[in-house]
Amino acid sequence: MNPLLEIVDLAVSFRTSNGLIRAVDGVSFSIAEREILGIVGESGSGKSLTVLAILDLIGDPNAVVTGSIRFRGIELIGQKPETLRRLRGGAIAMIFQDPMTALTPVFTIGAQISEQIRIHTDLSRHAAQARAVELLDAVGLPDPHRAAARYPQELSGGQRQRAVIAMALSCNPALLLADEPTTALDVTVQAQILELIRKLRDDFNSAVILITHNLGVVAETADRVAVMYSGRIVETADTGALFADPHHPYTWGLLGSMPALDGIRRPRLTTIPGLPPALDRRPQGCAFSPRCGFVRPECLPAPPCLTGTMHQAACVIADHERAAARNQVLAA
Amino acid sequence: MASTIIRRLVHMVAVLFGISVLVFLIFFATPGANPAERIAGKNASPQTVARVERQFGLNRPLPIQYALMMKKIFITRNLTSYVNLGEKVVPQVFKAAPITLSLVAGAAIIWIVVAIAIGAVAAAFRNSWIDRLLMVLSLIGISMPVFWVGTMANLFTQGIWHHTWLFSWVPPLGYVDFSKSPVLWFKSLLIPWITLAILYIGLYARVLRAALIETMQEDFIRTARAKGLSERQVLLRHALRCSLVSVVTLFGLDFGVLVGGGALLTEVVFGLQGVGYLTYQALETLDLPMIMATVIYASVFVVVSNAVVDIVYAAFDPRMRLRR
Repeated sequence: MNPLLEIVDLAVSFRTSNGLIRAVDGVSFSIAEREILGIVGESGSGKSLTVLAILDLIGDPNAVVTGSIRFRGIELIGQKPETLRRLRGGAIAMIFQDPMTALTPVFTIGAQISEQIRIHTDLSRHAAQARAVELLDAVGLPDPHRAAARYPQELSGGQRQRAVIAMALSCNPALLLADEPTTALDVTVQAQILELIRKLRDDFNSAVILITHNLGVVAETADRVAVMYSGRIVETADTGALFADPHHPYTWGLLGSMPALDGIRRPRLTTIPGLPPALDRRPQGCAFSPRCGFVRPECLPAPPCLTGTMHQAACVIADHERAAARNQVLAA
Repeated sequence: MASTIIRRLVHMVAVLFGISVLVFLIFFATPGANPAERIAGKNASPQTVARVERQFGLNRPLPIQYALMMKKIFITRNLTSYVNLGEKVVPQVFKAAPITLSLVAGAAIIWIVVAIAIGAVAAAFRNSWIDRLLMVLSLIGISMPVFWVGTMANLFTQGIWHHTWLFSWVPPLGYVDFSKSPVLWFKSLLIPWITLAILYIGLYARVLRAALIETMQEDFIRTARAKGLSERQVLLRHALRCSLVSVVTLFGLDFGVLVGGGALLTEVVFGLQGVGYLTYQALETLDLPMIMATVIYASVFVVVSNAVVDIVYAAFDPRMRLRR
């Protein structure tokens, strides 16, 4: 089966006075219909840029995007603005991180949703408005009629994020790009929103790319996970496999720094020492090497390639050494 | 909404009261500004001054003088000039007001429409030569003194080019009442409108451009793009609506000031006997009742247009409606 979206060797660079800086470097992945892919990484790892690049929404005149992004076989990089515009909000929709600022403050929720519907369909104003109310109901907003007539700032954060999701779903997108949809929300509301995103696949047949820095979110929601570090994917696998047998020391670090909400509580959380490298001072070899406890000479000259088939990792640690090394981090 | 308007009205009355007291004190109670001496004329004998004081009621306590003055302005409307004795002041202001209103309202329509167009185009083509050209032009517009522009306009439209096809339609200087001939009213005001509008076009275009560019950085603009709106729709529907607030603020102040007499220079250059002209004359002769009347008239307009702005705000931006 052809993948819904296939990204090959995507790079996003910025022209600066110090030359070209690569923020996303050689990212490749694909996503099938109805699949939920989680992209995990800390701030600045390039996960948001990767997703913004899909719809050419980076919006910085100094950004340079290279590589290939194919959606249903159509190349999106360098595509005509007209074609991209038809995809945006139509076949590919996006949910942003901060629902507080993601909606235009001077229009009602209903008007903003029906605006999007009317761009992509030829529904009448009235029908679009009715559909907006239906969608608000579908994402679980209480009293959708009244909610549609309200302005964004009259709703709570969770309600707004539901409204943003309703808007994204308005044209039955085949692919939903969710950029940290729960980061700005309370933990209880987070769980509800994640539940909603999981339900989307069943109700709307959408594939989802879910960006987060929270492995817990991924564990609960995604089918497959890609871990990004400093602009590159360092490990990718099915969610179950990743959590059962994480390959990359960075993934171990992420797992080790996660508090266990059930099971045995570890006496203290491990941290990953140091900070991610500045983009213009990335080491020649593996970008994680300055923070990694298992550095070897072969890590330093060039970044390791992703190896493996289903479970890929960009690390030189061999299969038989992995368990022992991992226990040093996770059992500490 | 209704309570907002009522609160606003009470507020307005309070502000107007404050202004009238202040103006009254400045002209009647400042040491050295003895109105009786002015009315009596130069080198008048103390007896004459005393008689004038009695006659004009200037020897009575200040609060009573103030109350009498207000009564004469607002209730009996028979306040008379100290300079042209016997001439009533209030009807003169009422005669001048439509002239100023015609001038300023027409200019305001021109400057709002043109400034929004220029600001939006400049923001849309930010940092291109179009943007730079428009911003240089608007800076030139701001820098040209209005009396110079008006004099130049007169020189060309009334003088050297008056007999060419270009400006032969321009009527002689002066105001033609709208009820007399709407066409002539329009023709006689078109050049003054443009002259007055130039400064504000430059100013508003720059302010709007800056506000638009700032708004275009907002998250909701990215959402609007992600919805599949074209750049033009994003700019005109989402960004412009949010940026207009800054222009509305400016407009309320400028419009009030201009209608209140701030268009003086334009009025003088084009021979329009509006409120600015009237104030100017009254100040020259220190005609205190006339000054009182024009200042109070002006402050009414400034305060009223500010109140209107607050209400328009709420219409433009629902965030303002929630404020208590």
